[in-house]
Amino acid sequence: MIPLSWYLLLSATLFCLGIVGFLVRRNLITIFMSIELMLNGVNLSFVTFAHQWHLVKGQIFVFFVMVVAAAEAAVGLAIIIAIFRARATLAVDRIDLMKL
Amino acid sequence: MNGPLLFLPLIPLLPFAGFLLNGLFGSRLPKALVTLIALLAPLGSLAIVAHDAYLFWSGAITFPVIEQGAPTWISVGTLHVDFGFVLDQLSLTMLLIITGVGFLIHIYSAGYMAHEKGYWRYFAYLNLFLFFMIVLVLAGNALLMFVGWEGVGLASYLLIGFWFQKTSAADAGKKAFVVNRIGDFGFLIGMFLLLANFGTLTFSEIATKIGENPGWTGGVLTCIAICLFVGAAGKSAQIPLYVWLPDAMEGPTPVSALIHAATMVTAGVYMIARSHAIFDRSPVALSVVAIIGAATALFAATMGLVQTDIKRVLAYSTISQLGYMFLGCGVMAYSAGVFHLMTHAFFKALLFLAAGSVIHGIGGEQDLRKMGGLRKKLPVTFWTMTAGVFAIAGAPFLSAFYSKDAILYAAFQQGTFGRVLWAVGLFTALLTSFYMFRLWYLAFFGKQRAPELHPHESPWSMLGPLVILALLSIGGGWIGIEKFSEWLAPAVGTHAVEAAGGIPEWAFSVIAVSMGLIGWLVAHVLYFAKPDQPAKLAGSFSVPYKVLVNKYWVDEIYNALIVKPLLMISRFLLEWVVEFAIIGGVVWLLAGIALLTGAILQKWQSGNLRSYAAWLAAGAAALLLFAGAVLLAANGVDIKWAGWK
Repeated sequence: MIPLSWYLLLSATLFCLGIVGFLVRRNLITIFMSIELMLNGVNLSFVTFAHQWHLVKGQIFVFFVMVVAAAEAAVGLAIIIAIFRARATLAVDRIDLMKL
Repeated sequence: MNGPLLFLPLIPLLPFAGFLLNGLFGSRLPKALVTLIALLAPLGSLAIVAHDAYLFWSGAITFPVIEQGAPTWISVGTLHVDFGFVLDQLSLTMLLIITGVGFLIHIYSAGYMAHEKGYWRYFAYLNLFLFFMIVLVLAGNALLMFVGWEGVGLASYLLIGFWFQKTSAADAGKKAFVVNRIGDFGFLIGMFLLLANFGTLTFSEIATKIGENPGWTGGVLTCIAICLFVGAAGKSAQIPLYVWLPDAMEGPTPVSALIHAATMVTAGVYMIARSHAIFDRSPVALSVVAIIGAATALFAATMGLVQTDIKRVLAYSTISQLGYMFLGCGVMAYSAGVFHLMTHAFFKALLFLAAGSVIHGIGGEQDLRKMGGLRKKLPVTFWTMTAGVFAIAGAPFLSAFYSKDAILYAAFQQGTFGRVLWAVGLFTALLTSFYMFRLWYLAFFGKQRAPELHPHESPWSMLGPLVILALLSIGGGWIGIEKFSEWLAPAVGTHAVEAAGGIPEWAFSVIAVSMGLIGWLVAHVLYFAKPDQPAKLAGSFSVPYKVLVNKYWVDEIYNALIVKPLLMISRFLLEWVVEFAIIGGVVWLLAGIALLTGAILQKWQSGNLRSYAAWLAAGAAALLLFAGAVLLAANGVDIKWAGWK
């Protein structure tokens, strides 16, 4: 039997990878993928706990997260394409029109 | 309430309904309907008053009628104020005057104001005035009286400023209102004192409480009486608050007749008669009332001598006659004061309406110097005016002859002090007769001095009321002071009348009438026999003439001493304290806070997406740390790695 902590450690690792990727990468699509990574890290811990406590709620949450993530991907990718069309770049450092 | 129905609340409510109808819809109603509504309202009130009077005389009811179970207005702790009305001899007399003379003046107004643009507005205000005046008179407690008191002030303000496009009219309205506020302040303080010392504002309860303590004189009662008198002096235009009344002549002439001669300005006299129980116990306050009354009578009469505006002569005459009424009240001859109030309401309303008819007949001219010779052109106006002039001058067997004599006779009985007042009153009677006959000669005799005017007689809607008022001015005093005192005695009390040192009463009448005759003769010589004489006199007595023409510079003195400093302080407060310090300060403070916070917070808004994300992550980590370590530990939850089953 694989202990619970392994799953949780894996989940935490995925999540942290997502954060680090989000913070250090400059390309908008990579950042977007990092977000997905974080979401899936969380999903993993949901599933783990659902299995551990024999509760179906955790798995339902996962479905919710996946649906939201899919919607978000659709909107996000559309925004990214729009940005690229307008500015011909995806480097986040350059997208700073809101800066004072 | 058992017994026959009196419809007391309907008396004020009918004019109020008239005000609502005309005030809300008047601009859309045809003129005939506006007139109908405006005239029916006071007529209805008059009918109810007459009905109640008939009930009293036929013995169906006994006075005073104190309305029981009236709706409560204020009930806080021990203070209880209701909308109770009181009908007794005093308020019935006042009501008959107000609704009777008021109705006549409404009819007159329909003719006088026929060509005015704001016809409906005028009648709405006039009905509103009647409503408040009736509330004032019927009120059973001081607070309800105050409602009417303020209300008539409001109506007076609206009507003085009826032609508000004219700056002078708008200013006169404001002046009347502000000066009245000063008096109202005194009235309010008096009411507070009443409440503090009696615990009630109901007149009958106050009278009872005073009656229970026969030894209670002076002290706080003097204080209350003086405060109330300040209120009365404001409303009734006594020294030092008389300055608004001459300016109030900017209003339409029927308004001057109704509000500024016959009814509203007599409210002060009525108020003192109504609260006579307090004044009776304070010799000091009574002396103040008498002295101010006599002084006002004389002072205003002298100013009336040289006025050239026909309405202003009458205005000063009104102030002077009000002084007589206060003199009467001050020597505890309340019934004489109210008697003079009644006759004055007749003859002064008549004089004003006749003056209005003259002004109307010559196309709006008010300057006496431009009139003259109007006797033939305006015969009805002339004869009715003559009745009024003779009445006010105290000609025998006309109304003021009885009432003025009653006041002077009562004054004479008050020892040396009273004899001085009597002398002042007598001299004022001479002046009164002089300036009234001066007006009479200037307006109606001699040659017409302004040929461009084309005098024409007024319509019968105006002449009718004149004739009725002329009859009342002639016969209004025939009831005699003895009967009148007897009639009013239950309401204002009886006051011992001593024989005046063996001098018979007719002697006083002879003296008073001879004073009137002297005044007439002087006026006759100066303004009829030798019309060039007044100018010469004015030249040889230039200093007193200037003083009188400029009305003792009282307006100028008030302006310099009170109005200007007050305005300066107000301006300073408004511009520097309120505008600059408070409003400006708050605005600048708020703006400064916003600027400073913005300057600090904008550092975070770097525009760098990754720095935002880093802050977000740091925040989440901090929250997690707080939730996990602090909250759980504080709640005693043990964090353990659970083993896999």
